Amino acid sequence: MADVTLPVYLDYQATTPLDPRVLDVMMPYLTEKFGNPHSAEHKFGWEADAGVALARKQVADLIGAMPEEIIFTSGATESNNMAIKGFAYAASPTKNHIVTAVTEHPCVLESCRALERSGFHVTYLAVDRDGIISDRDVAAAMTPQTSLVSLMAVNNEIGVIQNLKKIGQICANENVIFHVDAAQAVGKIPLDMRELNISLLSISGHKIYGPKGVGALYINKDITPKPLALFDGGGQERGLRSGTLSPALCAGLGAACHLAGRDMGKDHEHIAALSEKLTSSLTQAGDGLHFNGAQKQRYVGNLNFYIEGVKGDELVKELRNLALSTGSACSTTKSDPSHVLTAIGLTKKQIEGSIRIGIGRMTSLQEIDYAAEEIIRAVTKIKNREHKKL
Amino acid sequence: MIYLDNNATSPLLPDVIEEMTRVMKAGGNPSSVHSIGRNAKAILEQSRQNIAKIINCRPQKITFTSGGTEANNMALKATGMDHIIISATEHDSILAIKDNFKGVVDVLPVDENGLLCFSDLKKALKGANDKTLVSVMLANNETGVRQDIKELCAITHEAGALFHTDAIQAFGKIPVDFRDLAVDMMSLSAHKIGGPQGMGAFVALEKITLHPLSFGGGQEVGRRSGTENLAGIAGFAKAASLVPKNLTDINNLRLLRDQIEHDIGRHAPEAIFYGAGAERLPNTSTILMPGVLSETQVMAFDLDGICISSGSACSSGKVKPSHVVTAMGGNKDMALSTIRVSLGRDTTQNDVTAFISAWKKLYDRKRKRL
Repeated sequence: MADVTLPVYLDYQATTPLDPRVLDVMMPYLTEKFGNPHSAEHKFGWEADAGVALARKQVADLIGAMPEEIIFTSGATESNNMAIKGFAYAASPTKNHIVTAVTEHPCVLESCRALERSGFHVTYLAVDRDGIISDRDVAAAMTPQTSLVSLMAVNNEIGVIQNLKKIGQICANENVIFHVDAAQAVGKIPLDMRELNISLLSISGHKIYGPKGVGALYINKDITPKPLALFDGGGQERGLRSGTLSPALCAGLGAACHLAGRDMGKDHEHIAALSEKLTSSLTQAGDGLHFNGAQKQRYVGNLNFYIEGVKGDELVKELRNLALSTGSACSTTKSDPSHVLTAIGLTKKQIEGSIRIGIGRMTSLQEIDYAAEEIIRAVTKIKNREHKKL
Repeated sequence: MIYLDNNATSPLLPDVIEEMTRVMKAGGNPSSVHSIGRNAKAILEQSRQNIAKIINCRPQKITFTSGGTEANNMALKATGMDHIIISATEHDSILAIKDNFKGVVDVLPVDENGLLCFSDLKKALKGANDKTLVSVMLANNETGVRQDIKELCAITHEAGALFHTDAIQAFGKIPVDFRDLAVDMMSLSAHKIGGPQGMGAFVALEKITLHPLSFGGGQEVGRRSGTENLAGIAGFAKAASLVPKNLTDINNLRLLRDQIEHDIGRHAPEAIFYGAGAERLPNTSTILMPGVLSETQVMAFDLDGICISSGSACSSGKVKPSHVVTAMGGNKDMALSTIRVSLGRDTTQNDVTAFISAWKKLYDRKRKRL
């Protein structure tokens, strides 16, 4: 295993390395094309603005949207906050009910809780043991006051993919706006806004080999009302999101979207092969391996599992050479058990034993082989230790 | 091209580009617990410390944001205020509160030099309490006029209210010392000091309770959720650490700026330099060429290879009279005929000479037609 750089990065849901091709696209905007894209009066502004315009088209193309339906934000957290709070307020007081699910990302759940404190009603849908939301539950939760359904496409912790098409159709039939947090899905699975009846979609740069600090919100051009802005000011992004845009970050997101769209098949093939390899190595190695979340309806780059009798913190301690995660990266300072694993019915012990492995574009076969060996070695060691204690 | 629009954005410093490239290549999410995440976290906290040192405050007072606009929005909308007092020449990201606030907003006038009158503030502060916020910019983005923040802040505190200053345009051009200003809150932006766009900071005393604009993973001690823009933060910190060293150079721009105003003033006595009677940033000049629309001026300068602007970059695209010029007593025609020249550390004597002769050329041509 001489050719593996340690630690091996297996935390692609937390963040992805910047693709060098993306960095190449960003560099000119950090150097000679440094202009303020809102300076409409000279070449430096125009160059920067042209970079932003191209990026906007690249983002739109990836999801079957129009460039004018894309606004740039500082990341998926801002996009989700704006989509949910901004739209909820815009649609109130006529409609004051929102439907979401218990397994959403904290920024969605926290936005919903903030709305509840302000008098809105929120339904938090449960998921089944696979982590899937029933479209019938979505339909049943709707009331005449429902303005918005907000669900994630791919879960950040367990990688399961929701039935977007069915749920989108239900929303369309009921004339309810469908918002999708696609931070973990964009560029990884095909998403077409019209086909899926999605009206609002949140995108993150750093989950798709782009830079941190940039994201986008797709806002269907035909929806009314439009979400209210979180920030007011210079009126950039058609008044929906004030603040000087960073052409470097926008260009980075655009390039990342372009590459993801072009190479989606290739990426998927590569990641699926590695994911299968790791799964079969671990399965063959011993008993007690349980994968969390639906096994078919999932993004292949996410493996979340526990091994009976092996504690997660002990496992992670043994796996110092693997950069992986026991929960989602955002909530490191809190040691609460994962709300997602709780929702799919795992016991406290099973949750504590669960680890998440994220595989991505830059992961190599050698790294996967090394990871499998390390995990098997660690599990054997821990099991032997436990055995001796008995 | 000669770039004289440094208040819109400034070129990145070479050291900043190098630092950002390094951090982007290193990767990692600061919230991950593994070694790659911990390294990212170390960069994040080191950057916070570096900036804290430069602006003289404790690191925990700094919350990183997506830019100055977000920081200004936090100050006004996330602090639970019910009465906000601002000046008429604030940046759009502050002025916008007029249309987006449930409480009372008072907009105070400025004099012909762009300065706020102490007695106006005292009057507006009658009945103030800890839910009253005064927000005045340290230096104006269009004219460079510097308010007496220490005095305004003292008056505000005496009345029991809180004080925020938008220091976005001032930082990097004059010394900015959080503790010395004694303000409760301050906004900063990276791309005005040779750092990257899309990056800013909200600096606030720990006693300020924030009701965040964005909820989520609880980053930045819950004050601002969202995965941190680590390369942007590291670039901002690098640029900030170079501020003290570059301040002398920036201060010396005063000579070039004064030369512009002297030469143009002698050639065209009817030209007006807004804020020239007040203390200003050393790099900024707002010039009225009577009877010539700023759009026309901008185009003419562009043909001469000089980039200037007709006002702040945010509102460009829409041609509207400068609210700063009208607040300083200019009429609509005057407000539509001013341009902003903002020099930067790369500006040379030749650049300034070229600008002066381009200005004179345009002025003479227009005079002949009149």
